[in-house]
Order: sequence, then structure tokens, then C-alpha cells
Amino acid sequence: MGPRIGVVTFPGSLDDRDAARAVRLAGGEAVALWHGDEDLRGVDAVVLPGGFSYGDYLRCGAIARFTPVMGPVLERAADGMPVLGICNGFQVLCEAHLLPGALIRNDHRKFNCVDQALRVESTDTVWTNAFASGQDIVVPLKNGEGGYVADDATLDRLEGEGRVVVRYVGDNPNGSYRGIAGIANERGNVVGLMPHPEHAVASLTGPGTDGLGFFASVLTALLHDREWETTRKATDFTHDHETVARA
Amino acid sequence: MIDTVKNAEATPEVSQPFAELGLKAEEYQRIREILGRRPSSAELAMYSVMWSEHCSYKSSKVHLRQFGEKAPKTDALLVGMGENAGVVDIGDGWAVTFKVESHNHPSYVEPYQGAATGIGGIVRDIISMGARPVAVMDPLRFGPADAPDTRRVLPGIVAGVGGYGNCLGLPNIGGEVAFDPSYAGNPLVNALCVGVLRHGDIKLAHASGAGNLVVLFGARTGGDGIGGVSVLASETFDDAKPSKRPAVQVGDPFMEKVLIECCLEIFAADLVVGIQDLGGAGLSCATSELASNGDGGMHVWLDRVPLRDATLRPEEILMSESQERMCAVVEPEKLDDFLGICSKWDVTATVIGEVNESDRLTVEWHGEVICDVPPRTVAHEGPVYERPMARPPDQDALQASDPTSLPRPSTGDELRATLLQMVASPNLSSRSWVTDQYDRYVLGSTVLAQPADAGMVRVDEGSGLGVALATDGNGRYTRLDPYAGAQLALSEAYRNVAVSGAEPLAVTNCLNFGSPEDPAVMWQFAEACRGLADACLKLGVPVTGGNVSFYNQTGEVAINPTPVVGVLGVIGDVTRRTPLASAAGQVLVLLGETRDEFGGSEWAHEMHGHLGGLPPRVDLGAERRLARLLVAGSRDGVLRAAHDVSDGGLAQTLVELALAARTGLRVRLPEGVDPFVALYAESVARAVVAVAADAVESFLTGCADGGVPAAVLGEVGGVTLDVEGLFTVAVSELRTAADATLPALFG
Repeated sequence: MGPRIGVVTFPGSLDDRDAARAVRLAGGEAVALWHGDEDLRGVDAVVLPGGFSYGDYLRCGAIARFTPVMGPVLERAADGMPVLGICNGFQVLCEAHLLPGALIRNDHRKFNCVDQALRVESTDTVWTNAFASGQDIVVPLKNGEGGYVADDATLDRLEGEGRVVVRYVGDNPNGSYRGIAGIANERGNVVGLMPHPEHAVASLTGPGTDGLGFFASVLTALLHDREWETTRKATDFTHDHETVARA
Repeated sequence: MIDTVKNAEATPEVSQPFAELGLKAEEYQRIREILGRRPSSAELAMYSVMWSEHCSYKSSKVHLRQFGEKAPKTDALLVGMGENAGVVDIGDGWAVTFKVESHNHPSYVEPYQGAATGIGGIVRDIISMGARPVAVMDPLRFGPADAPDTRRVLPGIVAGVGGYGNCLGLPNIGGEVAFDPSYAGNPLVNALCVGVLRHGDIKLAHASGAGNLVVLFGARTGGDGIGGVSVLASETFDDAKPSKRPAVQVGDPFMEKVLIECCLEIFAADLVVGIQDLGGAGLSCATSELASNGDGGMHVWLDRVPLRDATLRPEEILMSESQERMCAVVEPEKLDDFLGICSKWDVTATVIGEVNESDRLTVEWHGEVICDVPPRTVAHEGPVYERPMARPPDQDALQASDPTSLPRPSTGDELRATLLQMVASPNLSSRSWVTDQYDRYVLGSTVLAQPADAGMVRVDEGSGLGVALATDGNGRYTRLDPYAGAQLALSEAYRNVAVSGAEPLAVTNCLNFGSPEDPAVMWQFAEACRGLADACLKLGVPVTGGNVSFYNQTGEVAINPTPVVGVLGVIGDVTRRTPLASAAGQVLVLLGETRDEFGGSEWAHEMHGHLGGLPPRVDLGAERRLARLLVAGSRDGVLRAAHDVSDGGLAQTLVELALAARTGLRVRLPEGVDPFVALYAESVARAVVAVAADAVESFLTGCADGGVPAAVLGEVGGVTLDVEGLFTVAVSELRTAADATLPALFG
């Protein structure tokens, strides 16, 4: 059985089924998580999908961030569990302070749905290890409030620490500072993306299959961890035996 | 004080404001006869909204009957006209339901909310059938692109369609954007929704079984949209009257999204006997239609309705068109489970009534009866009018004003200049400025969307079963000849579905016309209905439902009559669809016959501002043969790409093919035809297809066998659109010309 990836449904989530489909197509097992759940049903990673959680009322992501499910998401993220926030999910991660900065209304003030060219700038995250550094990909972008903003010091730090994960190629589609389309936390286990990789998983229904790489990345990382874990557990077991034998 | 039924009996002499509520004196008199007394003010409110043109179809009913009487024999129709939407069998136990509706007047008054709630209303119609909504489309029509009022309404309407649909998570897979002076001051905002369900899941708006409970769930009831139906939809705008802004509803798409998921979970648990959405005429409509369709009567405790505004009077609660509300009939033993699901989704649900054996619809307000009516007289036995009809006095002169006398381009340079102007015209330029504001990806099953001829969504991820949809309408053609114009709208939508590779199966329509009280408009309406019904019969595609929008006029001037026709098709495996984008090396073949036909054409409109003559000749036999060839060509894989020929003629088809492929085309126009006619005529039953070079010969044989005229036109390749011996235009120049227009106009 492949790793279990939880996909959270908040009231108003829209791309939750798409994210689950992308997980399955990449070879993982998708687990539906409900905003009211207080535990994560043993998942190995979590996706916060796109949509308009709570109707974007107050501020995008501002209400979802206080739902019961976010308690364990924050706790486990601090322990290194992979978390991916897509579009509204990215907004939730910023509101929850798992990622720095904020997403504001597009500079042209319109909702915009386009096939967007992106450059993968960091492959040192659990969500982007399947790409080549500097690889150009095309993934749908669709949002009304996708302008990434932060103060200069934060932006400089993100750039300096290699935490700008993907950047827009060509015309800046929404006024994001420094063309930033996605960022990671310091540890590289939490990533926020404005574009929608779950809509680029089959050429029949999207612009191509470039989006699969994000889901394949986390599965690879988790399988690698699992092998390591199995080795570690076996070693622990031997140690316990030795202790018992000595006693 | 509250005007109870008792009070109405005791005070027959009270004068009532029926005229202000939109009722004619004879209609008011009829209500008094039905009840044997004067109506209470709540009853008057109920009758006035339900007997409005919008709800009762009183002027259109006698003409709409033809859609049933002339319907082609088909086994595909699971639910026909008269329900919230028709349901069509698409095989493997799957069914789809689809319908198009208008929200024209509200969108003129308040563009964003008018358009938004137009989407909301049609989506609730689809949910009411037990289906999951899977896509929307929006045919839009505006006044001249550069008119100040168009700039006022268009950005808001587009943002409203997007704002509501995007937030519901429904992909927008197509539609239309057209400009014509006849829509100045009266934009047409039509909205189509398609939903998917299993055969066994069909739900109907029936209140049956005495003792069953009536549950109102969703948003609370407020003061928005009161009188929307009677005042807004059934009267002509007139500057002298006060502002009608308060009669437009305000939408909350988040509430509707939650309501969709809540309803689907309730349906899956089999917890309802009947269900009805609350749209036009609000609770008046929902309760009277449920009771009228049921096997008994209904009692409603109106004071139990949860309110947003505690000061609302019972009449206002009955008429309110607050959005995002549904009404279900639930067996008492299932109520707890029903309320449990509502609570999971944080949806307010309240038992407001009970089905009984009385044959009456009774409404109670704090212990006193304020309505006591036979529900059928409210919902289904309203007035029916055979309105006078007369061929418009200018019809003969209009048809005599033949476009053949207009100066035509003939040299290569002239044809090139014409091409560039046409490509950049508001009606033919790129629609991206509009469609990029809509989410076409959500749900992950969109196979085709704008700028493809038809939208296509996958229904079954396992088998690849899918549906295609196209909407078309041409007010200019219909103005020149309403009978033919309606048939041409159907022809084009039918052709667009076939171009995608899907087999056309069923029809919905939104009939946008002027005032039915104008005999000339009524003649246009009657002719259009007759034409559409005749053509549906010939093409074998039944009408499953639709909507009539009258009173689309400003003062005495009616819009061009505009029947918008939606055609639904089915495709067994969406991976076999025919895309719009061809590839270098493929050979282009023109299918169909081109005639010198320019009446109502885009060329006459754009280059000369001319409207006259006769529209292109209808040829349903040729349409049927062409569709058969296109569907077979998709199934056996011979067609690599296809695009229909319609507005703007072959020239526009070639431009759009080049833009979609991002590649040039080398074209030789057929010999013996005037190049201008070959490029710009709008003859029907034509398409351009791309086939592999080694398949051309066998394909041409297949065309001959299928009775479809075919001629090799050229091949795909290079970086220019090259019309041999006439002109050359770089694809990049076409791109710039096509893309610049709408952003320059609307920002």
C-alpha cells in the first residue's frame, strides 16, 4: 500500500476531489479528512486543497485556519509531516503562520484562469524533489487573490535560503512580489503553491502532466522515510532483545 | 393588522392593489371567482407572482405545446418538459439533466448580483432533479461594444457569472458573447447548467403522502427580491418609474455550495419524497407547486420560517426571492436523519408544514389562517392567453433590403484588410478576456472548453462516457425570418456538438423576446416556436425544457428576437473527442456546400452595419448527414481536429484553427467560387476538418458515401495563414488583432 495522503475538506473547498485524484494517479492512497476532525486518521501527509473555504469571508483562509483539523496539522507539520497548500490552501497556511507573507487581490482586480508557465527553483522540498532544478513546467493558475506579498527582509530571506519553490515565467499574472508562485518553510516539508498541480495530471483534462511531479515527490520522500523507519525499528527491536537477554 | 381569510370573507368591499402587483382586472376577477370571495392580501401576493408571465407562461403556453406535440420519438427522455429540468438517458445507468434560463432584467439593474443569482437559480433547478451539477455555460448578449451602458453592465455581469460559478466549484465550459445595438439597455444574460445522476436517483417536485413534513432548508428568508418576478420580469423598463434595485436578489455562493453538498448527501441517504428549489416567486411557488403535483393538500406554518429581517410581513415572506433555499417533503421517521445531515453542513433546516388530505393549500400565521386556496389554481391553472399576432409592418421591406448590393472586397489586399478588421471585431475577436475569468478546470473532468465549438465533460472516469454541450442563437437571422432563425440556432448548436465527436441527443432553449402584448413580437415568437419544434422533429432531438423571457425591450423597441438553443450530445469515450487544435502536416478538408448567402451575416453587420435580406437557407438534411460523418470520424479516429463554419464564414474558421494550433495554414480556395463568397458566406452545414495526409483519400470516399460534399482545402504548417494567390497574414498578427479588442474596451 502506498503512503496515505490526507485531503482536507473545509466548507467551500472545491478542488478536494481533484487533489485526491492526483494523489491516486501518482500512486498514493487518498484519505478524506473533514474540517471538524480532530485527528488525522494516521495519514503520512496532508493536502489543503483549493476553493473558497468559508466563502473567503473575512479574509481568504482566515476562518479555515481555526478549524479543529488544523490543530493536529500544525502539530505534525512542526514534527516534519509534509503539508501542501494549494491556492486557498496556501492562503490557509499563511494565515496559520506555517508560511510567511500573505496573498492579496490580483493587481488587475479580476479572477484569472490560465495555463501558467512556471520555473521550479527549489527541488530541496518533499513536494518538489522529482523535478530538475530550473525546470519549466505548465500548470493551471486560477485565483482572484493570488498576489504574494511580504516585506523585503522576508523576501530576501526566502530567496537566500532557497525557499522560493516556483516562480512565474513571462508576464507576472497577478502582481506577486518577485514573481513568487510558491514557497516552502525552513525545513522544506510545508509548501504553499498558488497554481494548481492537481489540474495538470492528465493531458485529456489539463494542459499536460507536469503537476504530477509534486505528488510523486512526496510519495518518494515518504517511501524513503518509511524504509529508513523500518530499518530503525528493526534496530530498536534488536536493542530491546539485547537488554532483555542481559537482564 | 394581518388580513386573514376570515377578514377577507367579512370585508368583500376592500379595494386591493392588484394592478400594482402586476395583475390585470380580469385576472383579479378570476381569483375572486375561484375563491368565492376576495383574496386575502397573502393570497393576492401568491396569485400575483404565480400568475406573472415569468411563472405562468400565460402568453407562451399555447405555442410551447408544440415542443411536446411534435417531439420526435425517443427512448432517451426519462423526464420531459414541466419539471424543474428534463432528464436524458446517456447509457450505462447514467442520466444527465440540463436547462438554460434567463436573468436578463435583474442583470441590467444590478449586473453583478443579477448575473450571479442567474447561475445560482439554474444550479438549484438541476439539484432539484437529484443530480450533481457538473458544469455551467453562459450565453451573453450586449448592446454595441463601445456603448457606455455596455461598459457599465458587461464587466459586472462577467464578474458575477465568474464570482458565483467559480465559488460553487463548477467549471464554465462555454457560452457566447455577442454585441448588437438591439440589446442596448436590455442585455441578455442566459445561464445553462448540466448535472449528472444515476437513473434511480431522479427526484421530482411532488408533495405526496399525508403526514409527511415540509422542510425549508438553506439560507434565511430576507427582504431581497420581493416582487422580483412580477415587477421585474414581467414589465417593460420605463424611465418614469422609480428605481427597481430593491427587487434584485443578492447571492451567497458559499451558502449554495454547502447546500449542494448537503442535498447530495440527503439524496444519497434516500431521505426525501419530493424536493423543489426556491427561485422566482419563492415560497409561493415552492409550496403551491409541491402541493399541486402531490396527491393531497398542504398546511404551512409561515411564522416558523427563519427570517433575516424580523419585520417582514407574511405577504413578503411568501414573495421573497431570497437565494440559496430549498424545500423538501420528508417522511416523519426520516426527519432526524435529514436534520442530522443539515446540521453536519451547518445548514438551517425548519419544518414549516405538513402534507394532508385536504386538497387545499392553507397557510397559517400565528394561529390565524391567511391563505386557503386550491393549489392547482395557483401553480398550474393560471390564465392562458392567445395573444394577437401580426407580421411586423417592416418585415417585407427588411427582407427586400438585399445585401448583394453592398460593396464587396475582391482583390487580395482588400480581402486581407477585411480579414483583419473582422478578426478584431467585437463579435469575432478572442473571448479570453471573458472566459479567463471563469474556472474551467475545477472537478477535473473538463475535456473541451472555450474556444472549442462545444464544451465537453467526462461523466464516468472508468468508461470515459461523457457529454458535450453547445449553445447558439442569432438575433439577426431571427429578426429577418423568425421561423428560419430559430432553426438556424438549433442547426448551429447541433453541428457544434457533432464537431466535438458527440452525438446530439436533446435540446433546451431560452426564448428571449420583446413584449408579448405587441402583436409583431408575438408573431416572431410563434414563428420561432413553430420553426424550432419542426426542426427538432426533423433532427430527432426532443426539447426537454427551457425558459421564456418576454418584455426584453426598452420603451417601444423590442430586441431582435433571440431564441438561444442548447444541444446536449453524448460520447461513449471522451478520449475519442475531436479537438480544435490541428498539427503541422495534417490536411484540411472543407465539408459542405457554400452559397452566396450574406443576409444577417457578420460581414454585413461589421463592415456595413447592414441588416436585411434573408438568412442562410436552412438545410436540416445536410446538417444530419454532416453530423453523422463527424461523429463517425471521431469514433474511428480519422478526424484529428475540426471546427464548424458559422459567424464570419470560412475566413473566421481558418483564423480560429490557426490560432488554436499556433501554426500556419496553407489554403487553396475551391475553384469556380468567388473568393469573397468562399471566405465570408455563412451557408449552413459546413465544417473544416483536419485528417492525416495518408488518410485523405479514404476519408473523401467516406464523405461521398455519406452524401457530404468535401474538398481538400490545404494543409497545416508554417507560421502564416496563406490563402494562395490572394494574401498572407502571419499567425502572430492574427493573434495580436484577435486578442486586443476586448481588453481595450473593458480593461
